[in-house]
Amino acid sequence: MKKLASTLPNMIISLGVITIVASALLAWANGVTAEPIAAAEKQTRVDAIKDVLPAFDNDPLAKAQDVNVIVGGNPFIVYPAFEGDKFVGAAVEGYTLNGFSGEVKVMYGFDADGVVRGYQVLSHAETPGLGAKMNEWFRMEEGNRSVIDKDPATVNMTVAKDGGDIDAITAATISSRAFLSALCDCYKAFVTYKNDRNNE
Amino acid sequence: MNKLRIIYNGLVVENPTFVLLLGMCPTLGTTGSAMNGMSMGLATMGVLICSNIVISAIKSLVPDKVRIPAFIVVIATFVTLLQMMMQAYLPELNASLGLFIPLIVVNCIVLGRAEAFASRHSVIDSAFDGVGIGLGFTVALTLLGAVREILGTGCVFGAQVYPETYGSLVFVLAPGAFIALGFLVALFNYIRNRS
Amino acid sequence: MLTYLSIIVTAIFVNNIVFAQFLGICPFLGVSKKLSSATGMGAAVTFVMLLATLVAWLLQIYVLDPLGLAYLQTIVFILVIAALVQMLEIILKKIAPALYQALGVFLPLITTNCAVLGVAILVIQKGFNLGESLTYAIATAVGFTLALVIFAGIREKLTLVAVPGPMKGVPVALLCAGLLALAFMGFSGISIG
Repeated sequence: MKKLASTLPNMIISLGVITIVASALLAWANGVTAEPIAAAEKQTRVDAIKDVLPAFDNDPLAKAQDVNVIVGGNPFIVYPAFEGDKFVGAAVEGYTLNGFSGEVKVMYGFDADGVVRGYQVLSHAETPGLGAKMNEWFRMEEGNRSVIDKDPATVNMTVAKDGGDIDAITAATISSRAFLSALCDCYKAFVTYKNDRNNE
Repeated sequence: MNKLRIIYNGLVVENPTFVLLLGMCPTLGTTGSAMNGMSMGLATMGVLICSNIVISAIKSLVPDKVRIPAFIVVIATFVTLLQMMMQAYLPELNASLGLFIPLIVVNCIVLGRAEAFASRHSVIDSAFDGVGIGLGFTVALTLLGAVREILGTGCVFGAQVYPETYGSLVFVLAPGAFIALGFLVALFNYIRNRS
Repeated sequence: MLTYLSIIVTAIFVNNIVFAQFLGICPFLGVSKKLSSATGMGAAVTFVMLLATLVAWLLQIYVLDPLGLAYLQTIVFILVIAALVQMLEIILKKIAPALYQALGVFLPLITTNCAVLGVAILVIQKGFNLGESLTYAIATAVGFTLALVIFAGIREKLTLVAVPGPMKGVPVALLCAGLLALAFMGFSGISIG
């Protein structure tokens, strides 16, 4: 086939056709994938909630509630969980901007009494091999690393260096402080939510 | 041209990473582990094969003066398609490769092959060129990822080879990327010069 | 004010675009053999990055988002950058021939500089407002120029050194880049405000 000459109409038509075909293809693909993308995002959240809470049978996403604990910041999201009518606990999605490299987002699970039942680090930019260990470190049995099955009301959730009861990640004190401060803020959000519930 | 020759050419003679030194940003940025390196390589290979095929098919319909913008639109379309697919079906991988997925658009390898190969050869040959160059890139990224992972954390593809405490963390961090790549290129040069 | 200061320090030192984010590596390796061309490239990138971020940000907020076309982001941004570079080349040639003489050779290379597209996408992802976006763009470009100029200075000296055969050229340059990145890691963890 002969190559199309570089005349102005030829150039406009060929570029135009390519652009239109490309946009149409993308619009179609966008329509097809929009639902799975939304579902995938929801699934990560649901998986994290299931992971950090005791058994429940409602849809915590349906009853999600925003609680503001940091002045001028984004709300912390509380996902309450029920088994039948019984309140079994709540997952709290919180964040801190004080990580070693900025924002750390974590989902913490508290049972009805406020005891930490589990956590999932949702996103962070901490140093690989150091601060990035936070998703494993704070559930280890050794020493005072674990925050699991501890009640923030009685246990001082700060690093040992600051007079607290938790061992910081080796060589990553700032990341550990960030993780624990997010935990304390999430606990505050949980308590606020629980008090509101009891007053209703 | 012999199909196997085209693939061998992409894998060894014109290896995009070790010989042409193209596409350095994802090469350094996504090779913290062998798994990430391989995924990035495969993602780029997918885009490269598709864009090579389409560009080769439409080459005679595109006037010379507007070929670069036309190629860019084709490549960007495939990159966006890939991005949507990954968000929908592989959200975790998408999160760990992050910005480097949309940046496949400006990967010099993809545009470079479109200009240097696909716009001059048949559709079938272009597809094979995409496979060859894509494989070369994937192998290089997997190798670099594996080297960094094993030196940094004592693992390969997440399987522990020796205890993590003996690893040198710097290889997982930014400086290790440059240093490991430097030695790998030197090794490739050495082997090529001897044979 | 603190936010802006924090953005500037972070973008130049802590999260340097070359040493921490691995963007713009191609020109970093390609145009760093001579100090003079390194400064030229740095200036050209600064210019384009600022303009591209401005146009891309306006397009995203006032055109793509309202029309629900956010999925066309990649394709639109890369075309904007390519068109911008072309236009800049033509305009500079007419209006400021002296500047064109200095920057001209670098302009075509910038279209495929992933740092430019990277910054345009990053400011949208980070949810910056216009002022923050432009500050981030300039600071990132300054960080890029800084990295490029330091590296070019090292490479000029490197040509005088006896290096083992297979390490000659790019491999030894990569090792130097690694050591530089190590130095830049000293900035990590610094935060303002």
